[in-house]
Amino acid sequence: MKISGAEILIDCLKKEGVKHIFGYPGGVVLNIFDALYDEKGLELILTRHEQAAVHAADGYARSSGKVGVALVTSGPGATNTVTGIATASMDSIPLVVFSGQVPTMLIGNDAFQEADIVGITRPCTKHNYLVKDIKYLAQTIKEAFHIASTGRPGPVLIDLPKDVTAGMTEYMQPKEVQLRSYNPTYQGNKWVIKQAAGMIAKAKNPVIMAGGGVILSNAAKELTELAKLTNVPVTMTLMGLGGFPGSHKLSMGMLGMHGTYYANKAVQSADLLIGIGVRFDDRVTGTTDSFAPNAKIIQIDIDPTSIRKNIRVDMPIVGDVKNVLKDMIKIIKDNKEKRPARTTWLKQIDAWRKERPLSYKFDKKVIKPEFVVEKIYEVTKGDAIICTEVGQNQMWAAQFYHYNWPRQLLTSGGLGTMGYGLPAAIGAQFANPKKVVFDIAGDGSIQMNIQELATAVLNKIPVKVAILNNGVLGMVRQWQELFFKERYAHTILHTDRVPDFVKVAEAYGAVGLRATKPEEVVPVLKESLKIKDRPVFMDFVCDWKEKVFPMVPAGAAIDEMIFDED
Amino acid sequence: MRHTISVLVENKFGVLSRVSGLFSGRGFNIESLSVGETIDPAVSLMTIVTIGDDQIVEQIIKQLNKLIDIIKVVDYMEVDHVEREMVLIKVAPKKNDKTEFLKIAEIFRGRIVDSGASTFTVEITGDEKKITAFIEMIKPFGIKEFVRTGTVAIAREGIKKTK
Ligand SMILES: Cc1ncc(C[n+]2csc(CCOP(=O)(O)OP(=O)(O)O)c2C)c(N)n1
Repeated sequence: MKISGAEILIDCLKKEGVKHIFGYPGGVVLNIFDALYDEKGLELILTRHEQAAVHAADGYARSSGKVGVALVTSGPGATNTVTGIATASMDSIPLVVFSGQVPTMLIGNDAFQEADIVGITRPCTKHNYLVKDIKYLAQTIKEAFHIASTGRPGPVLIDLPKDVTAGMTEYMQPKEVQLRSYNPTYQGNKWVIKQAAGMIAKAKNPVIMAGGGVILSNAAKELTELAKLTNVPVTMTLMGLGGFPGSHKLSMGMLGMHGTYYANKAVQSADLLIGIGVRFDDRVTGTTDSFAPNAKIIQIDIDPTSIRKNIRVDMPIVGDVKNVLKDMIKIIKDNKEKRPARTTWLKQIDAWRKERPLSYKFDKKVIKPEFVVEKIYEVTKGDAIICTEVGQNQMWAAQFYHYNWPRQLLTSGGLGTMGYGLPAAIGAQFANPKKVVFDIAGDGSIQMNIQELATAVLNKIPVKVAILNNGVLGMVRQWQELFFKERYAHTILHTDRVPDFVKVAEAYGAVGLRATKPEEVVPVLKESLKIKDRPVFMDFVCDWKEKVFPMVPAGAAIDEMIFDED
Repeated sequence: MRHTISVLVENKFGVLSRVSGLFSGRGFNIESLSVGETIDPAVSLMTIVTIGDDQIVEQIIKQLNKLIDIIKVVDYMEVDHVEREMVLIKVAPKKNDKTEFLKIAEIFRGRIVDSGASTFTVEITGDEKKITAFIEMIKPFGIKEFVRTGTVAIAREGIKKTK
């Protein structure tokens, strides 16, 4: 029996276990949308912008570990996905994005709504495809899911010309994926792992630096076991938060540009640095030649290109983090020698922690944004999924909420995409209907995908958007204050007047709440938790001058930090 | 350091732009690039000559390996091999210089593949050194046109060079 390309697509998606697609229709994908119309097991969630559809699929993927799926039309629909795809690519998030394309016959003719999306997304996808013939459709989809979700994950785009989805063919089930040119290394070299374990045993001042790879490889349990077993303190990159319990006594929180004093100090004083699923991004290392100057470096990563890309590595281990850590733990446990307690080292770190804890000055009259984040942590008992936008809000969310489990913090770390948080929160709520989901937002960022309030309202998605409304593009303003003589070129947003976030929320049918004084913060948050059937905007009118500290200025070593009083 | 890298790729559309895009996107250098089918028409071979220090070349090779359509990458720096490039050069020697020019071409085992009233076209094959030397020699005669294929390389049988 012959079936259409659109029906094949749907069948393939179901076989991949897909339940939700985030998308937006258009001319060349009409056949697919029509085929989805009667589908029971596969829900299409209509966003209000294609960028948001991809961010929602991304939030769905990050929070669940499944592959996120988006479906858009050709031309502008496809180009609108680019920021979303690049965001996912930088953070290694598994997505499959389907874009419609003009009929194969017209490709290259500058047809109406034609864009070379395969060419455009080549550098920001893990791989991409143009399906030129319906006979390759099923196999391509199977390959795409395989590539997106294995090895170092990433987004894959499939471009579907209209005649491919409208055409009819004899449906042949795709074969198991066998790609001679794609064989990620999952097992680390045992000999090297043993050497690394030996280095850990001998080290006096070791530090574990954990990144997004720990979360992607579902290795939080193994990481925690390793740290406890060896008494090695752990610091995390922004992407690694939640990979190790933030309230554990071995946790030093985040390192890097806005990391904690004690984490940065520890890295700079370490004699051994164990990088696990990290790529040593410049926001983490500061100037690379001054980074961890006394440390031997072990790096564990599934992607060989991450190793020795930015910094020297003494002991590289290519493999899946979870497997490598399991092997390492076994070697360590089998070794009957006594394991060091590292009392002096841990005491030293505690001393640094006491010397300069993460802090801010509470004010009785104006709301400090850090205070809001702290209270979000308290009222949610540390158990919410937190999405962020980008800027100061993101850094405060990283500093003042403690992440105790993986996939709890969803944030655009690599690309730093303003507008990520709200759609990602919607995606995360679809994947986790029972969880409380927050978007910690800035008044600038939230306006980049504010239209998604409609998606949330219509789908009864109770995401809680906490806008740390400082009236400015805060992070940029902070740099202008510190490095550009307080010349606030185009960073004043006038969000005290435009827009009125409470009214915006109400206009969309969401709930709008506002707090202008510190004592109103907790009641507003508590009120938001009561609302279960629609989104809530909370407009926290904050101190506009507040800055994120500590801070490592550009071109400095990470222990050359500036603090509030400097 | 100059490295000659051979890259075995799936002969799929877009694979050349994946490779060239990788070089341009990451700021790597391409000195020359040549592509052709192998005996298996599903597979093509690219030979890329690039310049970079060890760390950069290590990155180039890893990044190439990471592309999904790439089957195998060999850095000939680590392998005993033969390299060849072909150049076609159109030269217009003055009347009195013709014999001299033809002699030099002969020494370099050049072949005259076309000659006209005022020009000779010579085909010359060799490794990069030989070709550069030849070009230097004949520059004074007046080069009118000049095309090169880019380097191709193949491993010698047997022993690996120890690094
Ligand atoms: C799409 C996009 N455009 C520009 C930037 C540059 N940028 C980084 S932080 C920032 C300010 C963000 O302001 P807001 O959302 O109000 O957050 P705040 O820093 O005040 O918390 C800007 C403009 C970006 N990261 N993303």
